[in-house]
Amino acid sequence: MNPCSTTLTQLRDAIAKGEISAVQTAQAYLDRIALHDPTIHAFHETYNERTLERAQQVDDGKITGPLAGVPIAIKDNLCTTFGRTTCSSKILDNFQAPYTATAVAKLEAAGAIVLGKTNMDEFAMGSSTENSARGMTANPWDTTRVPGGSSGGSAAAVAADFAPGALGSDTGGSIRQPAALCGVVGMKPTYGRISRYGLVAFASSLDQIGPFCRSVEDAALLLDAITGHDPLDSTSLNEPVPEHYKTVRQGTPKNLRIGLAKQYMSDANDPALTKAVEQAIEVYKQAGAEIVEVDLPHTEYGIAVYYVVATAEASSNLARYDGIHYGHRTENPDDLVDLYAASRAEGFGEEVKRRIMLGTYVLCSGYYDAYYLRALKVRRLIKNDFEQAFEQCDAILCPTTTGPAFKAGDKTDDPLAMYLNDVYTVNANLSGIPGISLPAGLTDEGLPVAVQLFGSWFDEARLLQIAQVYETATSHQHHRPTMGN
Amino acid sequence: MTQIISEKDARHMAKLSRLKLSDEQIADYTQQLGRVLGYMDKLKELDVTDVEPMAHAMDMTNVLRADEPVEGLSVEESLANAPAQSPPFFKVPKVLGDASGA
Repeated sequence: MNPCSTTLTQLRDAIAKGEISAVQTAQAYLDRIALHDPTIHAFHETYNERTLERAQQVDDGKITGPLAGVPIAIKDNLCTTFGRTTCSSKILDNFQAPYTATAVAKLEAAGAIVLGKTNMDEFAMGSSTENSARGMTANPWDTTRVPGGSSGGSAAAVAADFAPGALGSDTGGSIRQPAALCGVVGMKPTYGRISRYGLVAFASSLDQIGPFCRSVEDAALLLDAITGHDPLDSTSLNEPVPEHYKTVRQGTPKNLRIGLAKQYMSDANDPALTKAVEQAIEVYKQAGAEIVEVDLPHTEYGIAVYYVVATAEASSNLARYDGIHYGHRTENPDDLVDLYAASRAEGFGEEVKRRIMLGTYVLCSGYYDAYYLRALKVRRLIKNDFEQAFEQCDAILCPTTTGPAFKAGDKTDDPLAMYLNDVYTVNANLSGIPGISLPAGLTDEGLPVAVQLFGSWFDEARLLQIAQVYETATSHQHHRPTMGN
Repeated sequence: MTQIISEKDARHMAKLSRLKLSDEQIADYTQQLGRVLGYMDKLKELDVTDVEPMAHAMDMTNVLRADEPVEGLSVEESLANAPAQSPPFFKVPKVLGDASGA
């Protein structure tokens, strides 16, 4: 078998049965990355020696667990004591974290092997991975196009078969949108399901770690490994953890009700997206589901709320980069304040500075009520919309994006146009609900499109079951990009 | 469109944010932030009089735990990434006197 072209679950099973060794698997992925990543630039760095050592330990039976020998790529905002953690920022260029993120530690405790760190928009601020101080990532389906963002490197890594699974973080769509544009599965769990300890903070009330992979079953397997309460993150949920994988294996849920909201079916959507959602509706009807119309009247306010809340939280979170404790420091400052201001100006990229300025503005006395407080109130209205909708349905079906991957450089001059990319993803973060993006075929030009399913709070296991109904009926996840050379 | 923020506002934000920006950057940010804030004015369409603000997705209250000491980072680990250090301290330019920074 070729370990680079299977699902994570199949690979896990093959290693467990001894059909392929963990070392062979690791070497195959490292070779493929060495061959093709110069074109894609999904990774900042790979840990070849460490990867092969751990793989050998799996083969020797010294490392065991449900993910034994499975290589995983992780976004470069997840701290690890090995390698660097840069957030694609000059300000953290040489940063070596003193601890490992809980989600990463849990993956490795389950036997997985961290292959390397993936590219992203600086501090996860962006929707195209173009805001990286360390160069762009190309979309494996068309290298002139963006992979989406901010977790563009993780999405591209899974799409290009550089890893069977990856971790990203989703603050306003940063897992689901790149998953959609790269034709892979991407999921944001309920806020708090996965510990944020060791995830470099962007907007703490919205950030959530989640998986990229090639199938719904894979997502379930990864969630089983990383979900759970962590005393090191007081916002992590102290709730019973569902058995995602076991639930998904149980098959189709009965008496399904799928919600559709007209607010997500804009005429501005690319026709391929409209077609994908229509096809998904048919799939669910065939499966015996009832299709119900739900109303999410405050949807259109999501972007405005999001960019107030996220930038306000970011302006506070990023105050820690002071040029003193760690990270970039300017040379020859005039005084202490100049040291702060010059180090930050030199270390942060344009978009990060823009968002810090914006967040500072909306929190300023005089504007606080008009922007920040008002945004928090509208956030409540958006959450209330979902609460009412989930009384009528089990999941809400919608597109993940308004269109397929755009050309690199198309939106970099217009911050607002870039912000509007997140229109179908941000409300899940504002409300805290889980969402999953699923491959939904290709446009005439051969670019991936995706559908998205929202589930109710804590309802990941059933959301995965519902997603699997679509996946099994369509098999869109089997489309793979043709890599050049 | 009326100007939502002035260059003076942008300079004030840059100062509060501790960002040393050029005049050209201030001019660019004034324009870009103005456009984004103009878009955010959309929020004023809604009546939110009796709506409770929502700061957090889970409406969590205080999370308590036993007050037991646990191992933290060592001085060495804490200083490991510092651009300048004089163990066990972080090193900074002179704060008092001529270089008050106020």
